[in-house]
Amino acid sequence: MKLTRIAAAAAAALVMAGPALAELVFPSLSYRTGPYAANGIPFADGYADYFTLLNERDGGINGVKTRVVECETGYNTQKGVECYEATKGEGSLVYEPLSTGITYQLIPKASADGIPIHTGGYGRTSAKNGRVFKWVFNYPINYWDGASIAIKYILSQENGDLKGKKIALLYHNSAYGKEPIRTLQKLAEKYGYELMLLPVDHPGQEQKSQWLQIRRAKPDYVLMWGWGIMNPVAIQEAANIRYPMDHFIGIWWSGSENDVKPAGMKADGYKALSFHMPGDDFPLFKDIRKYVVDAGKASGTGEYVGTVLYNRGVYAAMLAAEAARKAMEIHGTKDITPAMMRDGMEALEMTNEKMAALGLPNFGPEFKVTCANHGGNGLGIVQQWDAKAGKWKVITDWIESDKSVIDPLIEEDSMAFAKENGITPRDCKE
Amino acid sequence: MFYREAGDFKTSYREDMQTFPIRLDRRAYWTIVALAFLVAPFVVNDYWTNAVLLPFLVWATAALGLNLLTGYCGQVSLGTGGFMAVGAFAAYKLMTAFPGMNIVFVVLLAGVVTAGVGLLFGLPSLRIKGFYLAVATLAAQFFFVWLFNKVPWFYNYSASGQITAPERTIFGILVTGPSAAPAAKYLFTLTILFGLAWLARNLTRGKTGRSWMAIRDMDIAAEIIGVDPLKAKLSAFAVSSFFVGVAGALFFTVYLGSAEVTEAFGIDKSFLVLFMIIIGGLGSILGSFLGAALLVLLPVFLKNVMVDILHWETYIAAHLELMIVGGLIIFFLIYEPHGLAQLWRLAKEKLRLWPFPY
Repeated sequence: MKLTRIAAAAAAALVMAGPALAELVFPSLSYRTGPYAANGIPFADGYADYFTLLNERDGGINGVKTRVVECETGYNTQKGVECYEATKGEGSLVYEPLSTGITYQLIPKASADGIPIHTGGYGRTSAKNGRVFKWVFNYPINYWDGASIAIKYILSQENGDLKGKKIALLYHNSAYGKEPIRTLQKLAEKYGYELMLLPVDHPGQEQKSQWLQIRRAKPDYVLMWGWGIMNPVAIQEAANIRYPMDHFIGIWWSGSENDVKPAGMKADGYKALSFHMPGDDFPLFKDIRKYVVDAGKASGTGEYVGTVLYNRGVYAAMLAAEAARKAMEIHGTKDITPAMMRDGMEALEMTNEKMAALGLPNFGPEFKVTCANHGGNGLGIVQQWDAKAGKWKVITDWIESDKSVIDPLIEEDSMAFAKENGITPRDCKE
Repeated sequence: MFYREAGDFKTSYREDMQTFPIRLDRRAYWTIVALAFLVAPFVVNDYWTNAVLLPFLVWATAALGLNLLTGYCGQVSLGTGGFMAVGAFAAYKLMTAFPGMNIVFVVLLAGVVTAGVGLLFGLPSLRIKGFYLAVATLAAQFFFVWLFNKVPWFYNYSASGQITAPERTIFGILVTGPSAAPAAKYLFTLTILFGLAWLARNLTRGKTGRSWMAIRDMDIAAEIIGVDPLKAKLSAFAVSSFFVGVAGALFFTVYLGSAEVTEAFGIDKSFLVLFMIIIGGLGSILGSFLGAALLVLLPVFLKNVMVDILHWETYIAAHLELMIVGGLIIFFLIYEPHGLAQLWRLAKEKLRLWPFPY
């Protein structure tokens, strides 16, 4: 009897998997469980809520309804593969895995299946080279940009001289955390600072020894590439050893409200990079409150609207929706395929006028995707946590990364990938 | 009624000694093998292969390996994830250093490398037993994850520490890499598992397996009757590590295609395999398969039912899935400590007498 029930369920699952017509499918490989859930939930909420808003307010994108298919990965690559296989048959237009590990897993698979991947601010940095990575996009910014922007910001703080300074990198000991090391080493050669590497193992709850080392070596600045539980623990530990918070700078994945709030007032002054604005002071968020949250259609509880990671989810969804709009425009059809979506992504251009029209004035950097450049211009900001107000404050203008250092590294890494996998780089005639 | 032995006469020692002495069992076995080899490759799609069948086959290989060591020889190991990592990285280094090498040899050689490493880590078993040995193998788990993360030579100095399997073919058909056909990947893994299971079954029926079981049941008595504990324990470690190494190589090359040591081969993988053999049945070949099937297929099945059919929120499904699988583990440990294999054995006993039990 149990067997028949299983068979019936399996049969039903197969029937359900049939494609539905005339809708735009955006899979969301989210993680609302596991050690990274605190960060995964706001992002997934933002991503889903933006598409709900489009459906409720505008009736979809150019009149075509959108559908977000969520699949729980728990930040686990094996589950990520299962989710990818389960959702790709539904006409998925673009994957947004929000995990560098899963991104690495999906790059070859999705390229073979002809489905684009968008990894804004994470994933494989050298995917910026669109000549090699035809199906992968990481606009508007990548980790190496982040490393360069952090160093540029420190330079501006130290009057342009880093000779003899010591900078520590506290990183998640995984593909994600290791990404900036090479760039930071190159920059160390250029500016003459000393780089100190401090890996923290998954999930990152145990950092006593690393902070003891920081206490002993007294680096002038600490950079952090953390995610999940690692972030609040690090900020707490920094507070415990009384490390000056304004010399502690996190990457954009270490700069959300979840990360600083547990340390309370002690987190005051902590800095983090970002590639979009924090807060909910944008017309779009009023619409989200009106059409989505107050209408009871929010993906979560609605409590995260305006937090950093929620905004990032909204930003990612907005870029995906704009790319879909562009794809419809290029191909003159409302029923776009993943391949058309890719063309739309490659022709995407974000300007201040466009963002203002969408209700997000000056929310992110201006950039233009091209065949050769899938990664945008690498513009980031530095934001600082004001614990009294409980708000992130943007303290710099857009800072551009040092392309003279990053571009050769991207060329080298992407060409190594091309050689390993027998890819002939595309010819990009502008 | 079902398991009739009446009329099933054995007229030679060979027939009497065969793996499946009952005709019905034998037929069922060959039917499953025929279905798996001849029918399944034509019906599987990407989802079934990559999300269901490949993980099952790979974990069954690993469970088989651990079952030889823990179930048959009685040596507890918590280093399975670490040994799988050895297999995966050995495969990666072999594939990149010798691009011309056939993938079959890559996988088998990765197993041999792991066997050597396993032998080394089996040495403490000659002195320590039980929990203490478990801790020693736990050290192996953490050591390998640390090693493959720390020394860039193992991942060919790639910026992120990720290893990616290049494309390899057998008879011109791709079996690794993203463009490989699902049926090819499935058949390749299945063939290796079939060969290894056949080897494991026959090892455990022969002298080697008997010496392992003697050590498991009482090592002092075994020594007195002439079983060399050094040979028995070390051979168990070597053979088990070979299986686990092959599983690790397949896990990386065929199933995932790219891996990162901390994420893919963490301590949770060691526990997963241990749970598989405990739930499936210690000291049983069938148990390894049943345990792997339960722990790999049940979460996927539950997810499909709760998310795709009942349309529950994904996180509720994920939490319920953890609770259900955890609950089942406790349930089995209490009501059937000998695992699913024992349940099957009891069912067979009952069926033999049915419908006239005395």
